[in-house]
Amino acid sequence: MIRLLFTIVAGVLLGAVVHLVSVLALPRIATQDAYSRLTPITKLNAVTALPPADPNNAPLPFMDPAFAIAVCRYDLSGGPIKLSVPVSQAYTSVSFYTRNEVAYYAINDRSAGRRLIELDLMTEAQHAELPEDEEITAADRLIIDSPTATGLIVLKALAPEPGLMIQAQASLAASSCKVQTEPTPVKQPEPAPAPPPPAPPRAKR
Amino acid sequence: MRLIFITLLALILATVVGLGATWMTATRGTDLGTLTIGAWTARPKTGTADVDPYSRASIARSGELPVGTGDGVAFSATKDDRNKPLDGRCDVVVSGVTPAARFWTLTLYDTKGHLVANSLQRYGFTSQEIIRGADGAFEIRVASRSRAGNWLPTGGIERYSLMLRLYDTPVGVATRTQRDAPMPSIATVGCP
Repeated sequence: MIRLLFTIVAGVLLGAVVHLVSVLALPRIATQDAYSRLTPITKLNAVTALPPADPNNAPLPFMDPAFAIAVCRYDLSGGPIKLSVPVSQAYTSVSFYTRNEVAYYAINDRSAGRRLIELDLMTEAQHAELPEDEEITAADRLIIDSPTATGLIVLKALAPEPGLMIQAQASLAASSCKVQTEPTPVKQPEPAPAPPPPAPPRAKR
Repeated sequence: MRLIFITLLALILATVVGLGATWMTATRGTDLGTLTIGAWTARPKTGTADVDPYSRASIARSGELPVGTGDGVAFSATKDDRNKPLDGRCDVVVSGVTPAARFWTLTLYDTKGHLVANSLQRYGFTSQEIIRGADGAFEIRVASRSRAGNWLPTGGIERYSLMLRLYDTPVGVATRTQRDAPMPSIATVGCP
């Protein structure tokens, strides 16, 4: 009898361990998470507009049907990403998610404070490698550190009335998200302009 | 022989208890970091980098993307103010005012997070298209058949959830009570 009781206690304790491990492992092993669902329908390092939320085919559950939504699925291993999103009439926001859907940063048009939301996204290592003088010129550009090399940027524009959906979609269509191959080309243009100087004297008569 | 049996029993018990608890918390959610105002529940921390492991597990399982904190906050309700589950065959009235926010949207979902098909193609309201009274308060009728005013169709499904999302709002991790965030009331007014 005591042995059976001991078995049950041991089983429950072991069960608690199984529970904790499985909860922590779930985000990594989930196959139907948002990133996996969006992978087949989005391009890498480019803005892809999602189809409007519809009862029969919604790319993700619990999407807000009042919004036009576009996604940039990024991979920073090729270099930092430059993102620019024009602000729509009503409300525009940009949210950043890691590979495992942790919302690590979000900004809306009011906090961006301009007609255009411009951001540089990079890993912490890439941020640390930025030259010092770059840091100063970058003061008016927002730099976001991504905790993971891959993830999702979700661009949203509100259509306050159904009739304004086309406008909201159009404003997102003008946004861009692309890899900036900055660190190397910044030094390459220096030798490149060197050969042209002989030409200008001739042009100046 | 007995030892093998006992070990096996303990291991089976561990699997059932452990995975069962994980399944329960991932589908139903936990009370960790929840903000409950009336019938509405929000988890403001899911929009930040320090989201708890249980919320991460349930987000990974459902496949949704949580609303980021710099964007807004999402409140959901599956029951009315009297704790009665929301029934699509009944008339439910959502009325009152909402917390300060630049925009809000109210959306109706089935239990899996899909929109509910209806002939009007109306899946929710935004703060701009809603018809308000002179005092700024609004009243939304959630019902299966057409109603005057702000009618939100349920399609007659048995269970649904309402989601109120506030965008560009001071409501968030620091919010505690109804006084900081006056949420609309939800009342079932009649069932056929």
